[in-house]
Amino acid sequence: MDVTSIGWLTLPLAILGGAIRVSTPFIFVSIGELITEKSGRINLGLEGTLMLGAMAGYGVSYLSGSPWLGVLAAGLAGTAFGLVHGLLCSVKRVNDTAIGISLIVLGTGLAFFFGKPLIEPKAPALPSISLGFWSSVPQVRAASDVNALFFVGILLAFAVYVFLNRTGWGLMLRTVGDSEDAARALGFPVLRVRILATMAGGFLAGIGGSFLSLSYPGSWSEGLSSGQGIMAVALVIFARWRSINALGASLLFGGAGALGPALQGVGVTGYYYLFNAAPYILTLAIMVASTSRAAPFADAPGELKLHR
Amino acid sequence: MTAPQVELLNMTKRFGANLALNNVSLLIRSGTVHALLGENGAGKSTLVKCLVGFYHPENGHIQVNGREHRLNSPKDADALGIGMVYQHFTLVPSMTVAQNLVVSGARLPAYINWQSELKRLTEVTKKLPFHVPLDVRVSQLSAGEKQKAEIVKQLYLGRKLLILDEPTSVLTPAEADEVLGYVRSLTRAGELSAVLISHKFHEVRRYADDVTVLRRGASVRTGAVADLSDDALAEAMIGEPVSKMVQHAPKSPPKPNIVLSIKDLCVNGDNGLPAVKDLSLAVREGEIAGIAGVSGNGQLELVEAMMGQRDRNGTITVSGSSFNGTRKEIARLGVYGLPQEPLKNACIDRMSLAENLALRNFDRAPLCRGIAMNYGALAVQAERLVAQFRVKAPGLTASMNALSGGNVQRAVLARELTQDVRLLIASNPTFGLDFVACEETYRRIVEARNGGAAVLLISEDLDELLGLVDRVLVMSAGRIVHEVLADCADKRVIGKYMAGMKAA
Repeated sequence: MDVTSIGWLTLPLAILGGAIRVSTPFIFVSIGELITEKSGRINLGLEGTLMLGAMAGYGVSYLSGSPWLGVLAAGLAGTAFGLVHGLLCSVKRVNDTAIGISLIVLGTGLAFFFGKPLIEPKAPALPSISLGFWSSVPQVRAASDVNALFFVGILLAFAVYVFLNRTGWGLMLRTVGDSEDAARALGFPVLRVRILATMAGGFLAGIGGSFLSLSYPGSWSEGLSSGQGIMAVALVIFARWRSINALGASLLFGGAGALGPALQGVGVTGYYYLFNAAPYILTLAIMVASTSRAAPFADAPGELKLHR
Repeated sequence: MTAPQVELLNMTKRFGANLALNNVSLLIRSGTVHALLGENGAGKSTLVKCLVGFYHPENGHIQVNGREHRLNSPKDADALGIGMVYQHFTLVPSMTVAQNLVVSGARLPAYINWQSELKRLTEVTKKLPFHVPLDVRVSQLSAGEKQKAEIVKQLYLGRKLLILDEPTSVLTPAEADEVLGYVRSLTRAGELSAVLISHKFHEVRRYADDVTVLRRGASVRTGAVADLSDDALAEAMIGEPVSKMVQHAPKSPPKPNIVLSIKDLCVNGDNGLPAVKDLSLAVREGEIAGIAGVSGNGQLELVEAMMGQRDRNGTITVSGSSFNGTRKEIARLGVYGLPQEPLKNACIDRMSLAENLALRNFDRAPLCRGIAMNYGALAVQAERLVAQFRVKAPGLTASMNALSGGNVQRAVLARELTQDVRLLIASNPTFGLDFVACEETYRRIVEARNGGAAVLLISEDLDELLGLVDRVLVMSAGRIVHEVLADCADKRVIGKYMAGMKAA
């Protein structure tokens, strides 16, 4: 069969395949951010964590030869960054938003600095699982080559749902994020819970970062993230702080991100940069649509300082 | 374990230079309700927070059933069966009642099977005299239901000493009776001891066995309630013989012209649901109309909508012209307000006293010349208002933070009531104020009325309301459900309407 035989289906297929690929880091970062925000803190620094994770993951994969070790290293780097954020914000009168912004700068800076020697070499990439074996159409095969981390992300969304709703620790996390007074009255270690939640968020964001550099074709460059860590914050708001929603929202953002390349792939080359801006436009539109003065973030964790 | 006897001995607690508790001792006898009476800032909350392990006193011992215990954290208090129902509820708003009960348990379960958990909780709560829905989010409960849920939580946790911090401020009289009556029956049966923090004498008299009066961090009077008269308690509370409560100024019949008119007002709450529903009311010149109601029935949204702080549907007119709360309209129509928590809602806390006193007129001569401020005139105005309203402050340039609650209120009264007031909107104006500042607020409100202003007073304190107003409107679930002249008002009837019952 040749390319033309599937005709107009090429475009949705390319978008679907792209959506799965682009959404994977979104799933990890947004669920990480969700866990942090559920504890009552916002970590804007995940953009920096993402870059750091991408660099660390690529570096360790290159040095050790195992991409999965790279993923772990990325997660640990993210955890360390989460710990820094968590500790700094535990100091009285320190503002979590400001710390987050400074960590974006620090994280990208560190990643660029240590990543300089990694631009040339080729590190082993994460395996893909080919779900397109039944088809002989190359577009179908290309779209169905799904990275293993994507499936981990889906499992993660459900695991976090169960954690938040069906475990004692999950309820404790929500208590701390929703009402500090209540948490203190119950004797919960508020600061410790928040620090741990920020570390967990950093761990997941680091893994999301490793996907950027270790998924097919796999390379490290300084333009890898392009703001996905920041968009994840909007994504969490759009998902109303629910992990299953975050999974869907990530796919939507991924689809928007895949729009530009997909159109280019079928030969539409005009307005390339405009289509590439789709995820950012989507972010803006969602923020406008999902906020209102009359009902500011009704589902938001009570201690989150988004709307004060 | 049955009802414990708890004794606090020589408790002393400092916050910086401020002596919050000065050698206070307190004996809670087994199976009794012990009332703690005192003004705001007298140390009642500090004392009980030491008892639940929230604060650590510099000095003093706590004995439970004669054995000494150190309480380092709320967990230690838990272990001794001491539990507190806070004034600002400590239920987690976004979780259901059942989730709140589970999370408050001594041990957090690893995995929760909600089906069997709900069954178990239903068994436990079935024995209680009041019904609380288990699978409803706390944020959707009324204040009264939250209070009950808090008490259910304490009993579910097997607490034997229950501390109630001003529990009736959010309850209708009937609910208060239900809740406190139940606590009292439990103490009588010897299953519970209780501490009741209050500033209402009739409550203390009705539900407490013993009473201790605190003033400025010291215990000034203690004994059986039956042995102490109201006058003796009041004197102990404020430290001087009491002048009579609000003297009702002779009422002049209100003039016929309507100042404030609200028609078919609909306002949404923070959660996006309607909080005020098709509300209409009118206030005439020279009358105080009071809105009674349990907190959370749309009063806050009503006030914010009137003041232009919240989107709304419907018409609000003042003296015949439409009112949207712009600065121009406020000055032209003479609309002023006394909001609750004046430091937060009527002042800019980091600006100076003089600047705060000028917030209403800084943009008019003589306080400004062109675009420049005239600080000389500002100081002159501040000096005059401070003298006239006896505001005590470290100085005119002191930041508003440095003033006590009563003096913040006096400053706000001075600023609002020296304008040409034709409509005054007062919303829980005495919430959290001391005795003297309350009295002063009442007097100034009545004076404004006598000066011809129309006054709309929104208050959750029914006693305060009935003492001041000419006409009572009862608000429940966002609507005015009852209206009666103050002279013919019956507290029980009003209470029923407050609770949302139709037939009285």
